Amino acid sequence: MAGIESTKNHENPFKFNWISAGIWVLILGYILYSFHAMGLTWGRFYEGLGHAEKLMGRMFPPNFERWELLLSGLAESLEIAVIASFVGIVLSLFLGLFAARNLMPNWISIPIRGLIALCRTFHPVIIAILFVKSVGFGALAGILTLIVASIGFIAKLFAEAIEEISLKQIEAIRATGAGFVSVIVFSVMPQVFSRFIGFSVYQLDSNLRNSTMVGIVGAGGLGGTLFSAFQRFDYDFVAAILITIISIIMIGEYLSNIVRRIFK
Amino acid sequence: MTTIDHHWQRFTLKQKLARYAVYLVLIMAMLQSIQSVEVIPEFFYDAPEQMADMFNRMWPIDFAYYPVSVHDAMIETLNIATLGTLFTLIFAVPLALLSSNNICSSRWGHWIARFFLVSSRSVNSLVWALLFVSIFGPGVIAGVLAIALRSVGFVGKLLGEAIDEVHMGSIEALKATGASWMSILLKGYWPQVLPAFFSIILFRWDINVRESAVLGLVGAGGIGVVLSDSMNLFEWQRVSIALLSIFVVVIIAEIVVVQIRKRLI
Repeated sequence: MAGIESTKNHENPFKFNWISAGIWVLILGYILYSFHAMGLTWGRFYEGLGHAEKLMGRMFPPNFERWELLLSGLAESLEIAVIASFVGIVLSLFLGLFAARNLMPNWISIPIRGLIALCRTFHPVIIAILFVKSVGFGALAGILTLIVASIGFIAKLFAEAIEEISLKQIEAIRATGAGFVSVIVFSVMPQVFSRFIGFSVYQLDSNLRNSTMVGIVGAGGLGGTLFSAFQRFDYDFVAAILITIISIIMIGEYLSNIVRRIFK
Repeated sequence: MTTIDHHWQRFTLKQKLARYAVYLVLIMAMLQSIQSVEVIPEFFYDAPEQMADMFNRMWPIDFAYYPVSVHDAMIETLNIATLGTLFTLIFAVPLALLSSNNICSSRWGHWIARFFLVSSRSVNSLVWALLFVSIFGPGVIAGVLAIALRSVGFVGKLLGEAIDEVHMGSIEALKATGASWMSILLKGYWPQVLPAFFSIILFRWDINVRESAVLGLVGAGGIGVVLSDSMNLFEWQRVSIALLSIFVVVIIAEIVVVQIRKRLI
């Protein structure tokens, strides 16, 4: 029976890790603390579940009777998303080029980077509020908001993509005596174009989502219809709007997959 | 001697046509949208002036208001973001398991998971917040649940993809020892998914800090309540201190996330 003492002399491969255990305990402690601090109790939760049941009862079946209103809101959301994506993508194309550190001197790229970062820091809803206060209610505020959001996202990723390109191709084009614009068009763009399309498609998708939301603060689109339905307690109409939003976004996701495959 | 006349092409005809079709559709959509969207041109020309006026009213920033009510609201916002991110896991982990190919092989499972994940992502956090405010009443609880349900789609999708990339070797080894289903998950999958898991959670927390700042606009607690109250009272200098503190907190959150990621991953 020699040498079959398998349990001895073997290290446990799944050792107990004190550090990770400590982190889990901290997280647990935090959860308990915040339940206490925010006054979340089971009683309130149960009461809420009762309300949820009532709400669900009033939401279903969804009411599509006012489909004209729904459709006009949806059309406005789509228009906002399309225009904002288009303008945002075109602007990001330039801003991204100017923000790329390997193409531009510091005195151009640093301020542009700051601008892009500024576009990213605030949530679109906050930007939407500021635009609604300054350009009034309606689609224009929504468009401007989503343009800002698009710049914050695409220009940043685009600049990063440009920074990763190979410089050999640029040298080759430069060696032929090409000017700056030709260098960009024939050596930078071909290397990053497919990724740029990828970002743009993603942004179109997320603008579509966000265009249904900026309406809540009055910047046009389906969100406005949704918010007023909420305020009038028309919960069955709310359900109809939510179903519309989810399905339009699913369709959008499907279409953007097709576009992505085409440009692969 | 014949020369072979090669004509190099980057794309096939079919690819080209597909690309042009996409461009055409996009341009048509753009033109159609510009024509039918209702934008009042006067508002557009007036915008720079109006914006300058708004920023004028925001200045100087009312720093004295910070300890009065902005500070507590900001802490509440951070709590909403953190607790919401933690709550997400309750729904996101099962859905991620269901959506990944190497754990669940049923097509139905994938479809169900995808349906929930996409619905969670397509309903904006503000809309979730509206729903929960009408269920639980205004306050933090609605905010936490809104953040949680909104994040499920994001976390679940990325986590599912991370699980898909797991190397099956160690899992087969565990299966060969006759390990139970739970041990395979905990000792086979979990250690491999761990880095991705924390990076997804941190990333989402960073996003949630931004998102939870606006939930108060529909009454779901946090700094947004202060923001919307001061805006309704036209206290623009208070609006600017609220915006400034959101800005600072968002930046700090980003720095914290970057630092933790560096240490952890």
